Formats: sequence, C-alpha cells, structure tokens
Amino acid sequence: MVKDQQKVGWSKIELATRVAQDLEDGWFVNLGIGIPTLVADVIPEGREIILHSENGLLGLGPKPEPGQEDMDLVNAGKEPITLKPGGCFFSQSDSFAMIRGGHLDAAVLGAFQVSTEGDLASWKVPNDPLGRVGGAMDLTVGAKRIFLCMQHTSKGKPKIVEECTYPLTAPRCVDRIYTDLAVIYVTDEGLVVHELAPGVTFEYLQERTAAKLKIHATGLAQGDTAK
Amino acid sequence: MIQKRFETTAKAVADIQDGATLLVGGFGGSGLPSHLIAALVDQGAKNLTVVSNNIGAVSDGVAALISNNQVKKIICSFPVGPHADDLIARLQNGTIELEISPQGTLAERIRAGGAGIPAFFTPTAAHTELGEDKETRMYNGRLHVLEQAIIGDYAFIKGHRADRWGNLVYNKTQRNFNPVMATAAKITIAEVDEIVEVGELDPENIATPSVYVHRLVKLEPVREGRVLING
Repeated sequence: MVKDQQKVGWSKIELATRVAQDLEDGWFVNLGIGIPTLVADVIPEGREIILHSENGLLGLGPKPEPGQEDMDLVNAGKEPITLKPGGCFFSQSDSFAMIRGGHLDAAVLGAFQVSTEGDLASWKVPNDPLGRVGGAMDLTVGAKRIFLCMQHTSKGKPKIVEECTYPLTAPRCVDRIYTDLAVIYVTDEGLVVHELAPGVTFEYLQERTAAKLKIHATGLAQGDTAK
Repeated sequence: MIQKRFETTAKAVADIQDGATLLVGGFGGSGLPSHLIAALVDQGAKNLTVVSNNIGAVSDGVAALISNNQVKKIICSFPVGPHADDLIARLQNGTIELEISPQGTLAERIRAGGAGIPAFFTPTAAHTELGEDKETRMYNGRLHVLEQAIIGDYAFIKGHRADRWGNLVYNKTQRNFNPVMATAAKITIAEVDEIVEVGELDPENIATPSVYVHRLVKLEPVREGRVLING
C-alpha cells in the first residue's frame, strides 16, 4: 500500500470526460452505475452518441436542472435524468435483448477488480450476504466493448490485479480501463498503458497496480486536465 | 360487460393465499406498485415467493413485506439498498432464501414464463458463481447456462393510464419490468393513475394489451415530494 503524497490524476468528472472522448459518433453506449453515469453530462459537443440505460431507454441526456426532476425518468442508478430528442422507452426484456443480442457498441462500467486477462469482478465483495449484480453480467457478455471507468485503487488497495480474488462478473471481457490515473488497454500482450493522467508517472502508476504494466510501443501520452 | 376495476387495493389483493408467488414491477421507485404492496402488508399473506428487481424501501417497497415477515424467498438482481438490513438479518437467521438472478436473465425468465417457454440457454453468468450448479451447453464455441422460466400466481404492476378492458400505457421509464411481468402471472393486478373508456387510448401506444391484465385499481396521483427510493 502506498500513501498518496499529493492529489494527482483526474477528478471523477475529468475521468468521465476522458472516457467520453473515446466514444465514437453513432455508437450506442450503456452507462453503468457510479462514475460511468457522469459520462452522460460530458458528451463532446456535436457528437451523436445514443446512450442506453438498462431500465429501458435509449437517448439518455444530462441531469435535469434543479426542480425539473421527474421520478419516472431515471437512469440505472435511479437518479433523475433527461431524454434527448429521438429517445424512446421500452420494457426490461427489450432492454436486455438489446444488451445480450450484441446491439450495443460499448458499455462503460465500474469495477471492484480487473485482472491482467481482462476478467472483471464487479458484483460482490467476498462474504457479502447480498451481492449486487444488476445488469453487469448481461452487459459483459453482450456489449461489443467493455470500458471500465473507476478509481485506480480502493482504500489504497490496487483494483488492477494479476488474478481477481472477488467473484467474477465475467471472464476475459474488459477491453479498456480508464482510471483517475491512466488509460490502460487489455491486450493479448498484457496490460498496456496508453496515457497517464496529469502529474502521474509510470512508476507511480505501477506502484499502485498489482499487475505488470507495459508502456505503449509509441510511448506514453501525458493527459491534460480533461476539458 | 367487461369490468376489471376494483374499488380499493385491499379488495384487489384480498384473495392472495399464503405461499403464493408474486411478481412485483418497478425499478427502484419508478413504476413501483407501492399501493398494492401496502395493501398486501395489511392483508398479511405469508410464505410468499417475491420476484422483483430491487427490494426498495420499507416505506413502500418489497422491503415492507420482508420486514413484516411475509416473504420466504426473494428472487432479484439487486437486493442492496438503504432498507436491506431486515433482509440481511433474515438471511443470517435462515428465515428467508435469496436467489440472485442477473437482471437480463431475470427479465428473460419472466418473459419466457409468459410466452410458454419453460427454460432457455443464455451466455450470461457462464463461468461465474451465479452459473454454478446449472446445466451448461456450448453454442458457437461459447458456454451457456440453462435458466428456468418464472410464472407468478399474481403480478403487481404500475401503469399510467388504463382503459376499462385493461389496456395499459406507461409514463417514461416507469415501464421497466411492468409489461413483462404483466404477461407472466395467472392474475395481474395493475394500479394506474387514470382509467378511461375503451377506445380512448391510442392503439399505437398501448404497451400492455388487455389480455394480460385481470384487475385494475385507480389511484390518486402521486403526492408532491414523495420520497425517492434508492435500491
């Protein structure tokens, strides 16, 4: 465990903004609970990305203005949202037919642990009598790409590990990991770092990661404070 | 003349027996048939199997049935929330059984139940704890698990507007589990904001056809400032 000397890296909203930069025009993208829901507020201007919410809507928009909240218009985290023009509603079985049937270009999800092989653990901590799977297991088998959007560590402990010790959501499903410290791709050659957040060095990142990281062949980009 | 309307939620739930299987619509507080749940707390049927995505709040969710010791088994995808303490206590003393089903699998098990399909293979939960002890088969080089359909004795659902026959339209994401659960119960009871005459609903907008709805109760519109339910 390493104690943070000073605050480096991206804030939650900057992290969401960094993920949004990599969502392509025309994609259908599911947003999971937690930091991923912030992505809806920071979609780059002029880019048409149709956001899917598992509870049954396409065309999810940003948070409503204070006072404009509608309890019947909510996201996967049960938080009030807005509907964009062209958006629509459908039932839970249709929503998961879209997910499982491979119709979504990407899902942006949170995680407890992710392994070198791209195994994901995100629904249950050991010895929890409950567990909270929601749509995570359907998304990880169905969406074309799985992007994680998460804090790099939890209470100082690395979340990126050689092997997951928490119960799996799905094996070998993660494509990219976006954290407050870096952008990392899961590849056949292992975990490859593409970009470091502001103030983060490769050594600093590796110290907070319980799996071996590699540097992208063309070198490392040093991220700006995401705008 | 077809008349599915019940004057009160109490009358609509009066015949629910101990041991019944109950499907409860809603996703968090949105589309939650909270008045029917409250009526069933008063009615007191016990040893229920409840199928619901969330457990909601003691004030107006499935958690109220759990806290009132009416539930022997709960099937859901996300049993976590601010009112999960009573569920955890009953799990620990062995008086309740929890079956976690991935959300899409849960929806499809209910859809299958309503559509006359007894079981199906899905890739969801393969190679995980939730796929253990289930029959598996390889399709297209990928492991799939066999999941069983769910059929309820009763379904509690929430709609926005109904006509006298029981055709339903929903309001925004209130739809969620309600249309699929409506198909999968012997008796589906809908609480709605408004009941109109046959022919007044736009046929293109009817999300639940009347064939699936057996009882209707009209409620007063939701009060301003109602507590938002998480979980």
